[in-house]
Amino acid sequence: MSDASSTVPSSAKVVIIGAGIVGNCLAGHLARLGWTDMVLLDKGPLPNPGGSTGHASNFIFPVDHNKEMALLGVQSANQYRDVDRSVDCGGIEVARTQERMDELQRRMTSATAWGVEAKLLTPAEVKELVPFINDEIILGGFYCPTVSVVDSLDTGTLFRNEAIETTGMQVFANTEVLDIETEDETATGRQRVTAVVTDKGRIEAEYVVIACGVWSNRIANMAGATIPLVPAVHQMADVGPMDVLVETNNEIGYPIVRDMDTFCYERQSAGSMEVGSYAHRPILHHPDEIPSNDEAALSPTEMPFTQDDFDPQMEQAIELMEMLGDAEIKYAINGLLSLTPDAMPCLGECPDVDGLWSAAAVWVKEGPGMAQVVAEWMTYGYPRVIDAHGADIARFYDHERNDEHIWARASEHFNKTYGIVHPAEQWESRRNLQVSPLFSRQEEAGAFFFQARTWERPQWYESNADLVERYGIAEREVEWDNRWWSPITVGEHLNLREHCGMVDLSAFHLFDLEGPGAVEFADYLCVNKIGPVGRATYTPWLTPDGGFHSDLTMQRVDDDCVNVVTGVFDGGRDLAWIKHYMPKDGSVTVTDRTLDYSTLGLWGPKAPALLAELTDADLSHEGSPYGGIVKVQLNVATDGGTQLIDAALFRISYVGDSGWEIYVDWDDAPKLWDALMHHGRDAYGLRPTGGGVYGSSGRIEKGYRLQGAELESEYNPLEAGLDRPKVKSADFIGKEAYLAAREAGDPEVLMCCLTVDDDHDSQGRRRFFQGGNEPIMDLDGNVIFDSHGRVSRVTSATYGPSVGQQILMAYLPRELAEPGTKLQAMYWNERYPVTVVGTDGPFDPDNTRLKP
Amino acid sequence: MRICVCVKRVPAPGSKINITADGQQVDTTNLGFTTSPHEECAVEAAAQLVEEHGGEATVLTLGPAEAEEQLRYAISVGMHRGVLLATADGEWDPQRTARALTTAITELEAVDGPFDLILFGNESADAGGFQVGIRVAHALGRPMVNGAKGLSVADGAASVEREADAGRETYSLPLPAVVGVKEGVNLPRYPTMRGRLASKKAEVASNQPSADAGGLAEQVLKSPPERTSQTIVLGTGPDAAPAVVDVLEELGVLS
Repeated sequence: MSDASSTVPSSAKVVIIGAGIVGNCLAGHLARLGWTDMVLLDKGPLPNPGGSTGHASNFIFPVDHNKEMALLGVQSANQYRDVDRSVDCGGIEVARTQERMDELQRRMTSATAWGVEAKLLTPAEVKELVPFINDEIILGGFYCPTVSVVDSLDTGTLFRNEAIETTGMQVFANTEVLDIETEDETATGRQRVTAVVTDKGRIEAEYVVIACGVWSNRIANMAGATIPLVPAVHQMADVGPMDVLVETNNEIGYPIVRDMDTFCYERQSAGSMEVGSYAHRPILHHPDEIPSNDEAALSPTEMPFTQDDFDPQMEQAIELMEMLGDAEIKYAINGLLSLTPDAMPCLGECPDVDGLWSAAAVWVKEGPGMAQVVAEWMTYGYPRVIDAHGADIARFYDHERNDEHIWARASEHFNKTYGIVHPAEQWESRRNLQVSPLFSRQEEAGAFFFQARTWERPQWYESNADLVERYGIAEREVEWDNRWWSPITVGEHLNLREHCGMVDLSAFHLFDLEGPGAVEFADYLCVNKIGPVGRATYTPWLTPDGGFHSDLTMQRVDDDCVNVVTGVFDGGRDLAWIKHYMPKDGSVTVTDRTLDYSTLGLWGPKAPALLAELTDADLSHEGSPYGGIVKVQLNVATDGGTQLIDAALFRISYVGDSGWEIYVDWDDAPKLWDALMHHGRDAYGLRPTGGGVYGSSGRIEKGYRLQGAELESEYNPLEAGLDRPKVKSADFIGKEAYLAAREAGDPEVLMCCLTVDDDHDSQGRRRFFQGGNEPIMDLDGNVIFDSHGRVSRVTSATYGPSVGQQILMAYLPRELAEPGTKLQAMYWNERYPVTVVGTDGPFDPDNTRLKP
Repeated sequence: MRICVCVKRVPAPGSKINITADGQQVDTTNLGFTTSPHEECAVEAAAQLVEEHGGEATVLTLGPAEAEEQLRYAISVGMHRGVLLATADGEWDPQRTARALTTAITELEAVDGPFDLILFGNESADAGGFQVGIRVAHALGRPMVNGAKGLSVADGAASVEREADAGRETYSLPLPAVVGVKEGVNLPRYPTMRGRLASKKAEVASNQPSADAGGLAEQVLKSPPERTSQTIVLGTGPDAAPAVVDVLEELGVLS
């Protein structure tokens, strides 16, 4: 180790900045994947440079409702076990309220899905495991015996040493990064990283990885990039000694207790108890406010304890464990950790700077696994261990990267760390960041907005409340199932199926690929063949390993122009993917046209007749065939006169009824809305229709797949049922893997739709699945895994108003994918009988509504 | 017995201490605050004496309103009540501080009776003037010993030990007396959670300090030149052994 050397090498293939748990494990994983010529830097000393790793509470609860966090938590825990720096002490989440007991039923469901051993305990059973707990104030507990305590500093050292030993990696502690140099990458409009400047010299580098924890954004800013995270305080106090703990003669002898309703935990640390809190007010810091190692009284990320913030938690802690009251508070800190605007990590290549990678906003509990994700991403072009789309740093739009947004969202979700968060829960802060040109009309129509990243989209319209009565729709019995939901959605659905509905799709993200190489490049991105001018191609984009990166349409709008249309949740990721792969010779340009056009979806049996009110163009299946784009002029006058606007009619459907996506200039969208309402409201039963139909009930009744839900990189087009009879001759990303999968024969699993045969729970209440990874089981109650370890779980769920049943989507082993197969699905820790419909949805299986 | 402990709120810095741009204060932007270490020992001494002899201990400070935090901390480790002499104009010089404390102590004694013992720290952790305790003792006309490394009370007298070059000095002071305590006299306890919670409810009086001028004026604070230590790498692995031997011989630790 060249720790004390005064100068750094003049060049390296990879420079990793940050020697905490993430940087160290990343170095180790890169070494295992064959990388060499690496340098690891840290501003602080080793083995504890003073970042968040050094004061981490170091325990891992392997259950989370989020798939990425859960599976990478398990993966990380196993990596700590592999190097023998882990003890399985077990852990219990205790409930003080009935609402929390219900949440623990959900935890059981998630534990079952992820294959984590767990069980619910009575208060007396909790006390058997934790004799010093006050069992009179708890209603029960969720016990997970594989909760572990790890040594993150030592594990980091082992990974780092592995990289030193196997690759000769050079390590420089006490070395400060002063700048990250970049150069223009003209073709993409990005920068490209060239060198890292330190106080011990300049290192030219091809890859620079920022694993700087709470300092990451400051370091990224040096390269003109952002890593949207903020240092935030997590208070903890070490109290002791206590005889009952000392007598264990062990670092950890009792299970960790999470006192979920007070947002606190009690974790034994030798003879003392560490009490940690996520209950205090959000306390955020700018990275510049963090003292240096020399300036800090303890370490830079162990900031002075603000006692007043912790006092309420002490009372609650004493209430739970009486003995804590008379133990001494020996050490207490405002420990810093990283929070992001959406509570997910920041992994992957920074979208603005080629070669600059982020491995940040990662906590000790998922450190080794997340490091593996980044190492694989750098090696294979996309992670293999899991689809990390939720952690992909490219997911953020500009509005999400500024301090105002980061601080507001971090403040909002900090107290939800142990919160009970509904899958559809909406943010309160930072709303209306981006609205459609139809926003004021939607507000007038009583739209209830859901925010999709930065975009406000109507989920339903209160002005359609009359449909609830018309179709006789009931509220749901259990408040949880009713939360963030309205029976109006069902009314809008049935109205669309009977008449027609209008869906604002302005949040579509549109990217024009233009230039002499545009069509060839477009074909390189996607599996299916780019068609002639006027045709659109619905197609997957694959990872190099042949799994889904994206699922979208590509419209050939001109000889040298292809327009990419993708969803709002993936616009950032897809644009970054384009820039990563596009030719650097200038033969292709990419332009974000999202705010140039607005899209209105018009669907339903009466949609063609209504649209015909606005145009004389041939709207038959001959004149406007499925998958085709027709350019027309629409008369949007509402006074009987003539006012023409240009429009492109794209005949396609994501709801299973005939109709079009209508693309118009952004500013023309209100005129189109008004004209359609003018002609359609009374004569054709037109209603503005929300995302509850478009993205959920309409889609799922047809079994249409959604990127990020059914479509993830762990699955290929054959498994998703989106393969075509032939493969185009042109090369494309993932082609080799795709061909191999085709040659391998029938896929092991198939994406299927299932219906819930009886949705009554043990108390006789009707329950409604939320599509939150609920496990599918065989009739004996066994969770279903395939040979790759992929679990069969609910990827989407809805009540299907037109079929009168709940519909679930899940990957099933091929032998179970047969229509009529009887299985079970778990919801809130109860099992419900379900039946396989097949690989398509139960509504209109022959697509009669889409045919001429 | 009745004891009064005088403490000072001071910054809790790391190894590098920054000074504000105007050179007037320690830059405390990112620092927490604590009680001077000698005074933490004075508080502990008072707590132990009261535990042994019964009675009541009052903690007194002169400083900004935020110094209430240090008073409540002292209460959480055994003091009974706190008195804050709130200042609004930064650091007071030792003479002025001593006059204000003397006045305050006199007023407290007028109401509740005399203190048997008034404890100070040997010196404050930030200014290090070594004066306030002596000035207060002098003004009150009471005997005072500074630098106490041992303290006990029996038969109306305080027995105080100090470290001297050749051994230990022992003093006997008739009560009421004043003692300046030095770190090491005891090991201060940490607060318990219950102690902390109780301290939040304890009485802390905020009194106006008397405002007699002092004689010492601060001009400017400067950081001393940084001590640089050059690290020389002698080599790595077994090859480094001869160089290490050379150094050890040079230091005279090898025979």
